[in-house]
Amino acid sequence: MTEQAILRVEGYCKQFVLHEQLKVIPSSHNVDLEVFSGSLTALVGPTGAGKSSVLKGIYRTYLPSAGCLNYTAADGRDIDLAKADEHRILQLRRDEIAFVTQFLRFLPRQATEDVVAQPLVQRGRPLEEARALARDMLAAMNMPRRLWGISPATFSGGERQRVNLARGLVAKPRLLLLDEPTASLDLKTSDLVVGLIEKLKQEGVAMLAIFHQPELVKRVADRVVELKPPIMTDSPLEEIA
Amino acid sequence: MDRVLKVRNLSKRYSKGCPVCYLKTGPDFDSNICPDCGSVVAAHDVSFDLYAGEILGIMGESGSGKSTAVKCLYFDQEPTGGTATFYDQGEAFKLFELNKAEQRRLVNQRFGMVYQNPHQGLNFEISAGGNIAERLLMSDVDNYDRIRQRAVSLLTRTEVLPERMDEMPKNFSGGMQQRVQIAKSLATNPPLLFLDEVTTGLDLSVQAAILDLILEIQQQSHTAMIVVTHDLGVIRLLADRTLVMKYGRVIETGLTDQILEDPQHAYTQRLVASAL
Repeated sequence: MTEQAILRVEGYCKQFVLHEQLKVIPSSHNVDLEVFSGSLTALVGPTGAGKSSVLKGIYRTYLPSAGCLNYTAADGRDIDLAKADEHRILQLRRDEIAFVTQFLRFLPRQATEDVVAQPLVQRGRPLEEARALARDMLAAMNMPRRLWGISPATFSGGERQRVNLARGLVAKPRLLLLDEPTASLDLKTSDLVVGLIEKLKQEGVAMLAIFHQPELVKRVADRVVELKPPIMTDSPLEEIA
Repeated sequence: MDRVLKVRNLSKRYSKGCPVCYLKTGPDFDSNICPDCGSVVAAHDVSFDLYAGEILGIMGESGSGKSTAVKCLYFDQEPTGGTATFYDQGEAFKLFELNKAEQRRLVNQRFGMVYQNPHQGLNFEISAGGNIAERLLMSDVDNYDRIRQRAVSLLTRTEVLPERMDEMPKNFSGGMQQRVQIAKSLATNPPLLFLDEVTTGLDLSVQAAILDLILEIQQQSHTAMIVVTHDLGVIRLLADRTLVMKYGRVIETGLTDQILEDPQHAYTQRLVASAL
């Protein structure tokens, strides 16, 4: 039996219509890809090829301009993420789909362990239990214990990235979107993350990840999708639309 | 997920109006004043759903109609048209068809409101604790000790020193007054809370603390909230979904991160681009 992908992207396009400047900025163009449980699909390509736009389209931070983003949810139902109701998307974000971006967003004054515990709390786990799991995750990320109780506001890029990863992984999502998960990490920490990715695969997590280093792609990717930059044009809106 | 509130085609027009009021106002006309009869169309055709535990942001500049929409739902103003249904404890209440007594019961017990101006939400003639007691008395709690206990626990939760509960609100700082207002609004554990520009005009550090408090309440009690603000930072921090209003109309609605990172409407794009 051939296994079916839990995410099937067909003909995804994203362009930005800037009304003020009467311009259309193309980003992703005609992207097809599949993501399978327990497997990692890597998105590669030069800067500006629209890699992040694909992830943001799937997470619905961007509204897709065209294409289907078919996702098979835990309840077995197929959903087009491009068109799904906002409440459904919020529920999927809470229960099934996690996104680790390059930027860490957190509330002012919130302790690192609480930032990491947040996805579990949102799923209804008691705070103390969620915190314990968050601490385990931070330990697995090699985060110094003295940082767990303070806000990430003063953290370095690498530390923030680890907090971000810990938060994305702590609740074991079904589908994990990773935007350059090792970008600001040293070699040793980067290896640690690769180890965690391998572990997530064994646990059946489906992953779609943007990577820049080819040797990382070789190590962790089961499938590779290469994006090409869109053809840029300076013509005003009326000529394109 | 349980729906708490369903609003459809809510409209509010001041003065009698004429047949073209709704046709000749709105963002396309850059005005909410009818050119024919001079009526102000404060809000028109506002529709949305709110679910339990959700925070909905209503964003817009002053005069966009965002506060009007909320005031109609809280019975502070009478709508000109539309429907709103509040789902509570297995019952559905058609808000705009209720009589005054029924409206009062919802306001006193099942809704909470925190105004920008504490003078609107608090009685300045009585103490902070008295304000909370007043709300509890209106919702059938009438045992003195229990009221006092509950007031202490609410003020503690909102980080107001219980030792100050017998002081008058005028002795408090702006941030403290806002905390007392929040404590009062939470006294009856309402499933629906309205927050109208609650951090506007406060110091930044005080703003952050109030926003923290609101999120904590949402996470602990699963209260559904409607947050009205012109502040993108407040929206980003609090709201799951956001409505953007201009000249009385909803011009865009979406997930908050989508509204902020991929706004579709020209006005929202300008608003987001001009944020500090």
